[in-house]
Amino acid sequence: MGEMMSKLSYYMEFPFVRYALIVGVLIALCSSLFGATLVLKRFSFIGDGLAHVAFGAMAIAAVLDITNEMTVVLPITIVCAVLLLRTGQNTIIKGDAAIAMISVGALGFGYLIMNLFSTSSNLTGDVCSTLFGSTSILTLTTKEVWLSVILSVVVVVFFIVYYNRIFSLTFDENFARATGMKVEWYNLLTAVVIAVIIVLAMNLVGSLLISALVIFPALSAMRIFQSYKSVILFSAGISVVCALLGMLISILAGTPVGSTIVAVDVAGFAICYIIGRARS
Amino acid sequence: MAQITCRDLTLGYDNEVILKGLDFTVNSGDYLCIVGENGSGKSTLMKTILGLTPPLGGEILWGEGLDVNAIGYLPQQTLVQRDFPASVREIVLSGCQNRPGFRAFYKPEDRRKADRNMERMGILDMAKRCYRDLSGGQQQRVLLARALCSAEKVLLLDEPVTGLDPKITQEMYELIQGLNEEGITIIMISHDVEEAVRYASHILHIGKHVFFGPREEYIQSDIGKYFLLQEGGASEWEK
Repeated sequence: MGEMMSKLSYYMEFPFVRYALIVGVLIALCSSLFGATLVLKRFSFIGDGLAHVAFGAMAIAAVLDITNEMTVVLPITIVCAVLLLRTGQNTIIKGDAAIAMISVGALGFGYLIMNLFSTSSNLTGDVCSTLFGSTSILTLTTKEVWLSVILSVVVVVFFIVYYNRIFSLTFDENFARATGMKVEWYNLLTAVVIAVIIVLAMNLVGSLLISALVIFPALSAMRIFQSYKSVILFSAGISVVCALLGMLISILAGTPVGSTIVAVDVAGFAICYIIGRARS
Repeated sequence: MAQITCRDLTLGYDNEVILKGLDFTVNSGDYLCIVGENGSGKSTLMKTILGLTPPLGGEILWGEGLDVNAIGYLPQQTLVQRDFPASVREIVLSGCQNRPGFRAFYKPEDRRKADRNMERMGILDMAKRCYRDLSGGQQQRVLLARALCSAEKVLLLDEPVTGLDPKITQEMYELIQGLNEEGITIIMISHDVEEAVRYASHILHIGKHVFFGPREEYIQSDIGKYFLLQEGGASEWEK
């Protein structure tokens, strides 16, 4: 135990470890807030789809040799989020099929152009780290940390201010529309925020594992809690705890960050499932 | 003066006309039942009244200082709602968002209003319970209380008894009748002509033949006789 603590405090002295912990906690918090909405609206896979889009966009940015990837990745992901979450009747391809299509399309296309045009000597390493986020969380610059902090604050404030609207929209879109709410506008806003969260979360767990960060906390909370507010609060809490635990374990055991966090999330879900079962 | 007047209304989507030349009025305290076969345009009419689908022709006039926001709406249940983790109070409160301007949070008066309407619907004791654990009838009461929070004068109910067992269906009809007796105007979409005729004060029958008038006239009319006989005949067969 003492050895573990001294190892931890040794690592804590490095600023990049502290940055990683701060950003990781913020991302976990943001991604969990919209998890319940996405799960309940049957959009669980949106995280995956958008993350793959972001991967494709990142490949384009890398090939074009753009240093600030965010300027390419964020707009492309936002546009795709808006297209996917548009719930109009006149979409050509419906819900899950559209997500699957864009998701694998972007993944395949991204890898293809990376292979064809990349100048990097370690292509497999680059691809692997984008997909599984293995090192990017540990190589954050101060600028990126601040960007993450600001975006996280924006997401949290947005969520709190629009909390009651988001509840209405999730529970009953028809009723919300009939009572004069500008449903399309709120859906658009939500899509943009979700895209921002996904792009942020790519740093932490990479684009293959993002869905876990979005849906596991919400699913865990829904096993136990009976009201929307408690589901949201608990999923935010469990998400932060799991992310922190996952990062600490990965530091101590030398495991990859992203997959360790996801493993802890799965364990958290299992515990909540058992508690939920025992109660009923 | 009439609360709602529909004049020469043409219904449909994107230039595809479903129904033409529809005229009817709804007065304060009326209990209007809209009946008709599937595909006759009941849902489209409802969406048009709610202002969700613009009419292709004609107009809807609002009287007594009402507008489209004065309608409390009870939609059909959706798949999403079945396993929704929300307490009864949270859902009823969400009806209070129906007002001009943006306010992020509920006020104390909204909470009082929600409590009052839950009491009215007899669900105040289950305010903290989870929506997904309630029976079908209880869930409808929750949604009715929410509709009452959003508007006090007119209620628009879309097939409120779908999927309920006969006893609960009866309770639901009586509950709606009670609200009507309190002075709330009821507009109800129903596929059950027999029940519609029992409770409603006016019938609007849409389809190939259109009828609008008081229920007594509907029972005497050819179209009314035809449909009531058909349904009666069907239940005779079942016996």
